[in-house]
Amino acid sequence: MSSSYQDLLKRKNEIMKQALKLDYQKFEYEGIGFDYPKMMADASYTLEDVREIQLENNVGHTPLIELKRLSAYAKKFAKPGFGARIFLKDESTNLSGSFKARRAAMAIHQAKKLGYKGVIAATSGNYGAAVAALAARAGLKCIIVQECFDSKGVGQPEIIEKARACEAYGAEVIQCSVGPELFYQFLKLLEETGYFNASLYSPYGIMGIETLGYEIATEILENEGKYPEMVICTNAGGGNLTGTARGLKKAGADYTKVVAASVDLTGLHMASDKDFNQKSFTTGHTGFGIPFTTFPDRSDVPRSAARPLRYMNQYVLLNQGSVFFITEALAILEGMERGPAGNVSLAAAFHLAQSMKEDEIIVVQETEYTGAGKHMSAQVSFASDRGINLQFGDPLKEKPGKNMIFPSSGAMLKVKEIPLDDLRKAYFYKLTDQMVDPLLTLAYDYTTPAIERSVLMRMGFSSLESKAIVDKLFDHQLLSYGAGHIVYLYAKIHQLSIREAGLKLLDDQEIDQKMEVLK
Amino acid sequence: MIKKNTHVQIYQVVLSSRERADHLPIDTKEVPFEVRMKGKLLHDANVGETVRIQTATNRVETGILLAVEPHYAHSFGHHVQILSDIRDIILKETEDLS
Repeated sequence: MSSSYQDLLKRKNEIMKQALKLDYQKFEYEGIGFDYPKMMADASYTLEDVREIQLENNVGHTPLIELKRLSAYAKKFAKPGFGARIFLKDESTNLSGSFKARRAAMAIHQAKKLGYKGVIAATSGNYGAAVAALAARAGLKCIIVQECFDSKGVGQPEIIEKARACEAYGAEVIQCSVGPELFYQFLKLLEETGYFNASLYSPYGIMGIETLGYEIATEILENEGKYPEMVICTNAGGGNLTGTARGLKKAGADYTKVVAASVDLTGLHMASDKDFNQKSFTTGHTGFGIPFTTFPDRSDVPRSAARPLRYMNQYVLLNQGSVFFITEALAILEGMERGPAGNVSLAAAFHLAQSMKEDEIIVVQETEYTGAGKHMSAQVSFASDRGINLQFGDPLKEKPGKNMIFPSSGAMLKVKEIPLDDLRKAYFYKLTDQMVDPLLTLAYDYTTPAIERSVLMRMGFSSLESKAIVDKLFDHQLLSYGAGHIVYLYAKIHQLSIREAGLKLLDDQEIDQKMEVLK
Repeated sequence: MIKKNTHVQIYQVVLSSRERADHLPIDTKEVPFEVRMKGKLLHDANVGETVRIQTATNRVETGILLAVEPHYAHSFGHHVQILSDIRDIILKETEDLS
């Protein structure tokens, strides 16, 4: 079997089915829709099952900490009576150092249950380490495919660190240069090894996060006597927000506002070799956040279980400098060295708290481990070495890839809002494309006898001759190749004039064999 | 000569510039799609030669020998003044907090 780029992509659905053993077809409606609730309900794990599986794996039940000094700092810039309390779910205490362990625990559990010998995940982020760690515990082989270096061979420090973590847990890491063909490499490995696709976007990958939302709702309720007014999620592929929101609802927190926050990398192209190392965030940014919100089914499964637009109430963007600012504040005011990518939502909380009442509660739902490479000093010095201009000023004027603007005061840290209706419209237009596609295919692939007759008439045949030729080609199912095209080919094969060819073709009994070249 | 069983890194050109996906930015389209992987060298060889390795999942891969006993060199970077400056700002603005 050929594993050329085109051939392998043609086998995509088949490979996916083997690698997940989940039949997405049964959730499809006719046309463009599918039954999302049914897909999520079909996966046969209850929230209680998920909690148990995670507990067994030293995942979940992370500390929920009130950031009193950081909240007080934000309050300084608020009107009297305003300045909400900020709580932080310290997800870095999970096995492997991030909330991604919640997702990995479920994927690995499912892989083991179905009898796979190993798992593969395509991820440049914390999810790789999470899958590798959980696979190690389950005695499964593990391959992580990551986008890591540019065409000059320069690796992003954060991604190199993640490769190190994966290898520490015994995984094999395949490091790719920049480009969407990573998916090709991923499919090739799935086919070669027969391993499980530990996708972030399967129902299992999302279910794993529901416990996070559930813990937040129940713990705040228990300690504060109410549900939090707001939960903020750093948003990239959308799974974090989707799972958290679903968990909040399962706990009964129906009125908690769910906010998405991403680092604004507008202007940097995610598939650009040159832009790749000009960014200081490799996740939690708009390069994933916007496209995955406006069209979730671009992921590595037929239907993504991460559907953030269903669940978000607000979407805010932060600049890179602001997230580094808040990362520093978290360390020196609260004694927590975390992130930086996981702190996007914390930066958003710092600003949004200022317009909320002082007895209201915001929960920032994650932190991630920090270390060599994935540390703000590693990222900012890497940026400065690559010619990014570091400066103080208005953070909202930052130009990703050119400069990085730090707020010169906590008061200067601001967010930019994306109107949700713009995102909904983008989603809508994407779907209308899908509706129009079959019509375009029809137009490209099919013709009509009338069109073909008119072509032949312009080539010099009479209307009666044209009709006879078209009827003959129609009977032999050759019309879709174009009557004019076939007459022309026939003339070339037999070295005849066009007119002679058309007439001879009418009597030819072996037209099928001769036109084999077309098929 | 690098000895058999040495821990090495190889690279492969998976797709040449011509074979790459459509709709790529020009700077990406004009370079090949490459991968790097690590493993145990299955025979004696020199850097730059085509070699076979055994990876952590016991797969055999073929590629050009790129590095011998590769190690991690990522770090916390160097001193950046603006990060010290934001620290000073935060400390100053929170001086009066209990």
